[in-house]
Amino acid sequence: MSGYFGIYNYWIYIALMMIGFYGVIAKMNLVKQAIALGIFQTGIFLFYISMAVVDGGTAPIWTTIGDGSLKHLGPYDNPLPHVLILTAIVVSVSILAVALALIINIKRAYGTIEYDEITRLDSDEIDDA
Amino acid sequence: MLEIQAHLPVLVVVVPLIGGVLTSLMGRGALPWAWATLVTGATFALTLRLMATLLASGAPHISYEVGNWPRWWGIEYRVDLLNAFILLVVAGVGFITTIYAKESVADEIPRDRHNLFYTVWVLAICGLLGITVTGDAFNVYVLLEISSLTVYALIAMGKDRNRKALTASLRYLILGSVGASFILLGIGYLMMVTGTLNMEDMREQLLRTPDLDHHRTVLVAFAFLLVGLSLKMALYPLHMWLPKAYTYAPSAVTALLAATATKVAVYMSFRFLFGIFGPEFSFQRLPSHLILLAGACLGVVFSSLSAIRQQSVKRLLAYSSVGQIAYIVAGFSLANENGVAASIIHIFNHAVTKGGMFMAVGAVALRVGGTDLKHMRGLGRRMPLTMAALTVGGLGLVGFPLTAGFISKWYLIKGALDAGMWGLIAIVLLGSILALVYVWKIIEAVYFHEPEDPRARDATEAPIMMLVPMWTLIGLSLYFGVDANFTSDTALRAAKSLLGGAP
Repeated sequence: MSGYFGIYNYWIYIALMMIGFYGVIAKMNLVKQAIALGIFQTGIFLFYISMAVVDGGTAPIWTTIGDGSLKHLGPYDNPLPHVLILTAIVVSVSILAVALALIINIKRAYGTIEYDEITRLDSDEIDDA
Repeated sequence: MLEIQAHLPVLVVVVPLIGGVLTSLMGRGALPWAWATLVTGATFALTLRLMATLLASGAPHISYEVGNWPRWWGIEYRVDLLNAFILLVVAGVGFITTIYAKESVADEIPRDRHNLFYTVWVLAICGLLGITVTGDAFNVYVLLEISSLTVYALIAMGKDRNRKALTASLRYLILGSVGASFILLGIGYLMMVTGTLNMEDMREQLLRTPDLDHHRTVLVAFAFLLVGLSLKMALYPLHMWLPKAYTYAPSAVTALLAATATKVAVYMSFRFLFGIFGPEFSFQRLPSHLILLAGACLGVVFSSLSAIRQQSVKRLLAYSSVGQIAYIVAGFSLANENGVAASIIHIFNHAVTKGGMFMAVGAVALRVGGTDLKHMRGLGRRMPLTMAALTVGGLGLVGFPLTAGFISKWYLIKGALDAGMWGLIAIVLLGSILALVYVWKIIEAVYFHEPEDPRARDATEAPIMMLVPMWTLIGLSLYFGVDANFTSDTALRAAKSLLGGAP
């Protein structure tokens, strides 16, 4: 595996991110926008995880062999990006939670979660530039 | 006491973090407000002390390793003159706005939600302070999201007055999250190249990277960060979330946001563009100064034109904020001493001016029940002190001599002259004229019309708890318009160290 296809998870990350980005921009349904935002951020998680890979590396865990002594399995993948992404997942979940809370409130206030209808209901303002 | 002294940098974040969470337990009376005031006041005292310690030590920076982990493993908090100054501004304005919030929030937010309101309020300030104090790139992202999430919630709290607060908040949430994700990606690519998250180590590694100009990963990192930061700063044309968010947020929240949130995003740009990439790479070898300058110039002109057309004063001032941010961006993208100093000075000057003005508008919302020009008609005689604050602040936006706005523009024009950018001077002058037009619209309504709204006819002066914070900020903008030694000295010294490439 070499060349541009050898690092295929980067292609997947870009594809996921673009699918999400497209959804955020193009979808009129607010829940779909929130889902798309989730896909967008998941793409970024994959990017961080991919960058942690070391050639021939394994999970950075020590195991014990028969007599109870520690066995060094190295080389290890870089655990730091994994830890960072744990944090980023928490952040992403919080964002989704706040977004959904807002969408519930919007549904109560407007009776719809379609962006174009909401814009029509709110069309009494000067909103340009 | 000695213990506190040694842990000052981290206490600036820890005190509002724990204090903020505790606010939610404070019941339903005035207690949440009193507690929030106490916490933000203590935080402000800590930042003052931090500044004093830094100045007394004479060292270029104070470094603090969180949990005693060495900085290449753990998180380093790093305070130099620039972020000590920004910390002071954010914590100071945060404290003053918290005092102001009492009357305004009591009027605008249902009573059973006050404790939650002040919880997210204090946490928002905590996030903003954290972004400013940290020296770790990933920590910036986490704290950025803490401040962003709380700000979305704060904006949405305006829903009881106008349901548009909800859509404004969701729109900001989606754009803000995309922006923050771009920043996260940029940090990731930087980590791929440098293998570290510490900003200073990143700088050192980048300096050692051969052929930086054509290093594709570095360029990608730079592009993602530039777009993400511009979104967070609300640089034209990525400002679309700002006017609605500021218009429909509760009055106290607008004052806090206008004074601090975008300013901290500008500070992040300083750290990334100057601190990590270095001014030479960002502004000489890459044409990013042209992109930023173009956005800034368009922003000054078009946002001012939009401001002129508004009927809602809150919205008018929001568009004016986009224009003022554009001045700040124009200043640092010149990448010379006077230009960068102009940015830093204007962060402070605009924070106190616009913060004070939004407080005045909030007082009108309390007394008259609306913030359109038609509600403001004839208030000049009924709320003289509030309207005087609004007028003085407005003159500051125009950049009249003896106001702080004049000092910022003075340095900006000096910076433009140093860079030989005559066009920018023309834009600054044009922007001032346009600002005069929209400020005049307010002054005309306030002083040269009879009240239209029945509630405006028997409006009385704002309560003292609003007037004092309002005039503290406006008073600061006047004081630093006359005696600008402290702000300009600090800004010039900070600008020098930024241009020297210090992270």
